[in-house]
Amino acid sequence: MAVVETKSLRKEFGAAAAVDGIDLVTGEGEYLVLLGPSGCGKTTLLRLIAGLEQPSDGDVIIGGQVVTHLPPRARQIAMVFQSYALYPHKTVFANIAFPLAAAGVPRDQRPDKVRWAAGRLGLESLLDRRPRQLSGGERQRVALARALVREPQVFLLDEPLSNLDAKLRSSAREDLKEFQQRVGVTTIYVTHDQVEAMGLGDRIAVLNEGKIQQIGTPDEIYHHPANTFVATFVGSPPMNLLTREGTLLGFRPEQFLPVSVTGERPGQVIFEFSVIRVENLGSDRYVYGHLPEVDPGARVIAKLPSTVTTPVAAGDRVPFAVDGADLRYFDQKTGELAAGTPKVKP
Amino acid sequence: MTITEDPAPKTTAKPRRARYLLDSERLLGPALVTPAVVYLVLVVAYPLVLAFLYAFSDVTTGSQSLHFVGFQTFIAAIKDPVFLTSLTNTVIFTAISQILVVVLSTMLAFVLTTNFRGRWFVRFLILMPWTTPVALSAVIWLWMLDSIFSPFDWFAQVLGIVPPGGHIVFLGQSGLAMGSVIALQTWRILPLATVIMMAGLSAIPADVSDAAEVDGAGFWRRLFGITLPLLSPVMTVALLFGIVFTFTDMAVVYVLTGGGPGNATQVLASWAFLKGINGGDLGVGAADALFMFPVLLGLAAVMLRLASRAEVG
Repeated sequence: MAVVETKSLRKEFGAAAAVDGIDLVTGEGEYLVLLGPSGCGKTTLLRLIAGLEQPSDGDVIIGGQVVTHLPPRARQIAMVFQSYALYPHKTVFANIAFPLAAAGVPRDQRPDKVRWAAGRLGLESLLDRRPRQLSGGERQRVALARALVREPQVFLLDEPLSNLDAKLRSSAREDLKEFQQRVGVTTIYVTHDQVEAMGLGDRIAVLNEGKIQQIGTPDEIYHHPANTFVATFVGSPPMNLLTREGTLLGFRPEQFLPVSVTGERPGQVIFEFSVIRVENLGSDRYVYGHLPEVDPGARVIAKLPSTVTTPVAAGDRVPFAVDGADLRYFDQKTGELAAGTPKVKP
Repeated sequence: MTITEDPAPKTTAKPRRARYLLDSERLLGPALVTPAVVYLVLVVAYPLVLAFLYAFSDVTTGSQSLHFVGFQTFIAAIKDPVFLTSLTNTVIFTAISQILVVVLSTMLAFVLTTNFRGRWFVRFLILMPWTTPVALSAVIWLWMLDSIFSPFDWFAQVLGIVPPGGHIVFLGQSGLAMGSVIALQTWRILPLATVIMMAGLSAIPADVSDAAEVDGAGFWRRLFGITLPLLSPVMTVALLFGIVFTFTDMAVVYVLTGGGPGNATQVLASWAFLKGINGGDLGVGAADALFMFPVLLGLAAVMLRLASRAEVG
């Protein structure tokens, strides 16, 4: 177990900076998720930590040691790639044994170690197979076993679930979380999928354009976004943003409910919601519309759970309410969370 | 959003019957295959049948009459002491040049797939021998290896291998002549092999090399444990091509040494040509050439197997 730290880490490809001055410190044994859209620099950041890329500037520190200019094999890390990158010409056994051979573990000690790692991931019966004879989920477990076998200080995972089908993905997500808690190794996990990020991370670092937008627990990221990027990138549907008196007003779609449901309560803000369209998704209804009294140009979505049966139809004008405590304010120019909380009148 | 009732713009294209003629598999298939079949029959099948016909007959360049003589031509071919020399030379010529090609093309492919300034120019230079006609390149090498004007002599003199003013007779000594022939063939085959190996190298997923690096493997372990095994199918293809081109080649020997000194560099192909065309004994010449047939048949079988395996896998 070790703490991973990056200090004003920068990586330029040509004129563009893929990673633009990132300062990051993990906790010991922490599950840190790097979340961001494609091209935000999250994979580059992970490759910099792994040593597969050389930074243009800044340092990588693992376990208190500056490893910026050390090759990957000197960093005590293990990485699982999006494609799993199994060695196609080797059996599962040889794949898992490869890091041991590279680390100079004597030949007679390798089988026990391989069986131990394979056992933790339920691969005992597959040791003689080759990667092309395995299913996607099995390949992913082989990649994990290969990462685990050396007992690294740090796990680096690059979108390891994105090649699995939706059903397998949710069970693999559970397995991954349980696995990390069992081995307790510091893990940095890259994903563009917010559901994975929210479900897996002790903390989430949201990246965009090579910069960290916010680091925090899933709860902080979701309920207290640091800027409009985080507010709209995390959450599905994203946070509603309205312009009002020179600031941006934000609230989550599921916190925007008909007054007939919430009842009149102190501290709540009531808007007249002009409904344009209703989508019934089974577990939820998405109600699309706008608030003519506040910002007629901005589209607003309300997410009503199926337990809310209030009839809402296109063309209706329905009073909807948000709890005052759930309103967020952002600077209109910078998009950053506005300092202080201006008084809101309905 | 408002949706206007705007009709899609009209065009004047009319359906043409002839345009769909080639969509029919019954027509398109034969149409595409015919040129290849015609080519193969004229340039491969016909000469091959002729060679078999000649090999069992007493035909000469002087007489058009064919008389079946059974295996006499083959016996005559084997009895000639030069035949055994040619056969041995062919094997040596092929084996050494192809070992050199495999090693050198692998090294070159590694160098040429890395990023450096002027890479395209170096690639161009290395591909040049392949695009040069063999007669032209052999003439250039003939001059390079000339017993009096060879530029290699100058290097040898500077390095003190030969005394000042001394010469190396490359093509006049049996060992050096064979070495020269092998060197020229290696130089000729190398570009194609390098291109094939480069394609093979770039087909190895970057993730796999990265994974090996993260897994703690140093350069040699990555090379022998990961890269070369993954490269081996492609390497086999390059090697098979090289063997076929070299085993059947007569141009290099014919232009550079003419099989000499004596018959020290004579190979099966050049010997068959010498015997059959220059010597006029078409029957024995054809028999000489047919000794290459089993080897080529075996290689072709291996190639077809590899190709079908690649299709399935």
